[in-house]
Amino acid sequence: MDADSLLLSLELASGSGQGLSPDRRASLLTSLTLVKRDYRYDRVLFWGRILGLFADYYIAQGLSEDQLAPRKTLYSLNCMEWSLLPPATEEMTVQAAVVKGRFMGDPSHEYEHTELQKVNEGDKVFEEEVVVQVKEETRLVSVIDQIDKAVAVIPRGALFKTPFGPVHVNRTFEGLSLSEAKKLSSYFHFREPVELKNKTLLEKADLDPSLDFMDSLEHDIPKGSWSVQMERGRALVVLRSLLWPGLTFYHAPRTKNCGYIYVGTGEKNIDLPFML
Amino acid sequence: MENSTALGQDKENQPQGKEGRPWDEMTAAAFQDPEPGLSKTAESQQAPETGPQSRSSPPRSPQPPGNTPPDDLTGSGASPPPSPLQEPSSTPSPLALARQDLAAPWQSDKNASVTPEAGTPHSDYLEPSPDKGDSTPHQTCQSQGNAFQQPQQPNSHLYGPKDVSCNNAEQKKLRFDIFQETDSNSYDNAGEAEPGASEAAPSMLETAIQNAKAYLLQTSSKSGLNLYDHLSNMLTKILDERPENAVDIIENISQDVKIAHFSKKLDTLQNENEMLPTYEIAEMQKALFLQGNLEGADQELEDEIAENSLPNVMESAFYFDQSGVGLGTDETYRIFLALKQLTDTHPIQRCRFWGKIFGLEMNYIVAEVEFREGEDEEEVEEEDVTEERDNGDSEGEEGDEDELPRPSYKAPQAIPKEESRAGANKYVYFVCNEPGRPWVKLPPVTPAQIVIARKIKKFFTGQLDSPIVSYPPFPGNESNYLRAQIARISAGTHVSPLGFYQFVEEEGEEEEEVEGGRDNFEENPDFEGLQVIDLVESLSNWVHHVQHILPQGRCNWYNPIQKSEEEEEEEEEKEEKEEPDYIEEVGPPLLTPISEDLEIQNTPPWTTRLSSNVVPQYAIAVLRSNLWPGAYAFCNGKKFENLYIGWGHKYSPDSYTPPVPPPVCQEYPSGPEITEMDDPTVEEEQVFRAAQEAAVLPDEEDEETEEGEDEEEDYD
Repeated sequence: MDADSLLLSLELASGSGQGLSPDRRASLLTSLTLVKRDYRYDRVLFWGRILGLFADYYIAQGLSEDQLAPRKTLYSLNCMEWSLLPPATEEMTVQAAVVKGRFMGDPSHEYEHTELQKVNEGDKVFEEEVVVQVKEETRLVSVIDQIDKAVAVIPRGALFKTPFGPVHVNRTFEGLSLSEAKKLSSYFHFREPVELKNKTLLEKADLDPSLDFMDSLEHDIPKGSWSVQMERGRALVVLRSLLWPGLTFYHAPRTKNCGYIYVGTGEKNIDLPFML
Repeated sequence: MENSTALGQDKENQPQGKEGRPWDEMTAAAFQDPEPGLSKTAESQQAPETGPQSRSSPPRSPQPPGNTPPDDLTGSGASPPPSPLQEPSSTPSPLALARQDLAAPWQSDKNASVTPEAGTPHSDYLEPSPDKGDSTPHQTCQSQGNAFQQPQQPNSHLYGPKDVSCNNAEQKKLRFDIFQETDSNSYDNAGEAEPGASEAAPSMLETAIQNAKAYLLQTSSKSGLNLYDHLSNMLTKILDERPENAVDIIENISQDVKIAHFSKKLDTLQNENEMLPTYEIAEMQKALFLQGNLEGADQELEDEIAENSLPNVMESAFYFDQSGVGLGTDETYRIFLALKQLTDTHPIQRCRFWGKIFGLEMNYIVAEVEFREGEDEEEVEEEDVTEERDNGDSEGEEGDEDELPRPSYKAPQAIPKEESRAGANKYVYFVCNEPGRPWVKLPPVTPAQIVIARKIKKFFTGQLDSPIVSYPPFPGNESNYLRAQIARISAGTHVSPLGFYQFVEEEGEEEEEVEGGRDNFEENPDFEGLQVIDLVESLSNWVHHVQHILPQGRCNWYNPIQKSEEEEEEEEEKEEKEEPDYIEEVGPPLLTPISEDLEIQNTPPWTTRLSSNVVPQYAIAVLRSNLWPGAYAFCNGKKFENLYIGWGHKYSPDSYTPPVPPPVCQEYPSGPEITEMDDPTVEEEQVFRAAQEAAVLPDEEDEETEEGEDEEEDYD
């Protein structure tokens, strides 16, 4: 959700029970403005919070003018002091994948993970227990990156691609119509397209190059990994990700108000196929 | 279409023209021609070129006398008089030569100043002459075309030009189509458009143009207008009115045109009802806001009762908001009103906003109520049903013993559910999808449902009557599953600060009191409150005030007499929190501190927090369950409340594993009842017979013989 319209966005997303206490709200409004100034971001998003056992991480993201350019991620424990997270790498994802369970709330906490590794000594093969230590910060980075790549959502038309390549916020975006708002096909993943290139020419024929440059949600795997609801007498569309429970996307049809927020434990719901 | 035909004609014409046309005819044709050609050229293009025009126009009249040979008349037939037009140009230069003057004028033209009128007719005329009657347009076109090329041709030779012109004409066949269409086109266009270019272009450019035009023609869904018409209307208006500085007031003109456009809206058979559901829910919620007014005069008496039962939702919502949980102010208020509606319409003694459970299509808002004495008796019927079932089974077993054996498998005995107001059925739960929609009472929960619900993990859909497809099969539909999850969540996460509730000593005997654990409590009138800091720092200051649900699925132990040992063991394995020491299952008693809750694999089951670190003196204690994500409790020292907002699932660090399939039944062990002996051999029979004969002979000879016969038959 946009940091500039934080209060309205929070109100819209409140149907999921994911709010912020008044002091958090106030401090975010203050500190994100400063973040925007200090880091010279074009736009700052309040990304959400990850619930730890002893403390919560509040996450914000800074966007440059090109909306799809790699984003800078910041975290804070008290909503006032923000620290920049390193960009996520493949290696981090692999490292963090071994850690299960909840976040602690301490970025310097080290998870210990024992692995059985085969060690060759001459002819014999020993299995040795190796303790791998993973820092929570690494895990945080990789989880945020995964969530962003998997379930960050933007409605169709809210961004447009300029002829020169960069992607900008569409000022003329007037919101989705009611009939479009119910369809998953009118929402896009807020990331560089991955599957667009795999589409056949026939499928590409109907796409508008300046709007349809991202992957739409409707082909997500498994099918049914989104719950779409009209709330408040159809004045609000709410998309809830079932794959990453805690991610809520809201959009008031026919207005520009849209955004997403993640409030959850930072764990992927791998039981999804059983639960549908 | 025209083009093609024209081409064909031209082709036909050309050869003729080349071959056999005597000059006369050609010239004649040439003469014919000029008039259309000239007239056009004069109109459109020649205006700038003063030179040629001056020449051409004046001579018109003089020419006819100059050369009007009979040939011309015969050949052309149509228009001798106009043809002279050309002559003027020609006359000045070569006059002397009788026939060749025709050619000459040409060159003279070229030399002079590319006068189209003069030259063109000639060249054209070489070919098209034959079809005088029908194709005047062609001719004119040709004339134009040639006019352009002439300049390029060599000037000097008298005869030369003719041939060249012929060639030119041939080359230009293709061009005719274009010229035909654009009769009055400017010379420049005609000249520049070489056949190749003109033909190749349409594929790309034209489709692009057509696409653009189609886009402009798209009808707006709102007003029924399209941009194409709008733009043309605007331009028409501007051209009609010729306002000054039209560019400055273009917006106003656009607006005027739009206003002026009046389209009668056609009546359709159906009303548009796109927004209908929006109004529908608004209408329902309007009823919520109006309910205060509806009651009328004797309101006060009712209010006394109602006020007691209605919880102060807004106050607890305020505290939850402090802790960062909650549904937003307006939704909470709607729920508040919906609860008021509920308490007004039902004999409810106590009511509480339990929470919200998300579904795939709709969500559930859950209210926890306790009825006054007048409660409905639905459950009695259900119990009867179960009893009947049991009877049926037993009858079936006892019925017939003589014939084939009946299955000896006996379904594990159904554990009866707890009475209302006791155990897991202590409270009644109402749900609705949205505040304003009708409340639906959930059925009481049965132990079997709880036991199965522990083994499955399913999303709620939001439709109470949708089936639960799961393994193991769930006895009931979604309303039962929802009720079971509510019971489990309540039992796990409803906590209160230590000392708020105390046991009711007198009423101890009243309810079934199996283990000596008391299951009745009341509010402690002497509760003085706790320090918030203490609540945050120590989990032992929070206690459960809802009974623990045993592995059996009940809160109070029910001793099934026929229950086999294995079953119990199975159930114990599934147990979440406790290791029962006895065969009888025992859970933690009521009002046990939550510090004794079991850990979930190194994860503490509860997280406590101060709502504000900046102003700790006015902060409240917030308790968050890690076992049931979404369950919260707050306490500000005196007041406390529990709330659940979530998907209704339990947390586990490991992924959900479906229960293993039940063990396969062992076959009957191979024993003496199963195996058979080999058939008796002949020797054995003989020995046997001998023995029998020896024994029986003295007594009965007859029988023996009969037996022997029988046996013999058997052997066969």
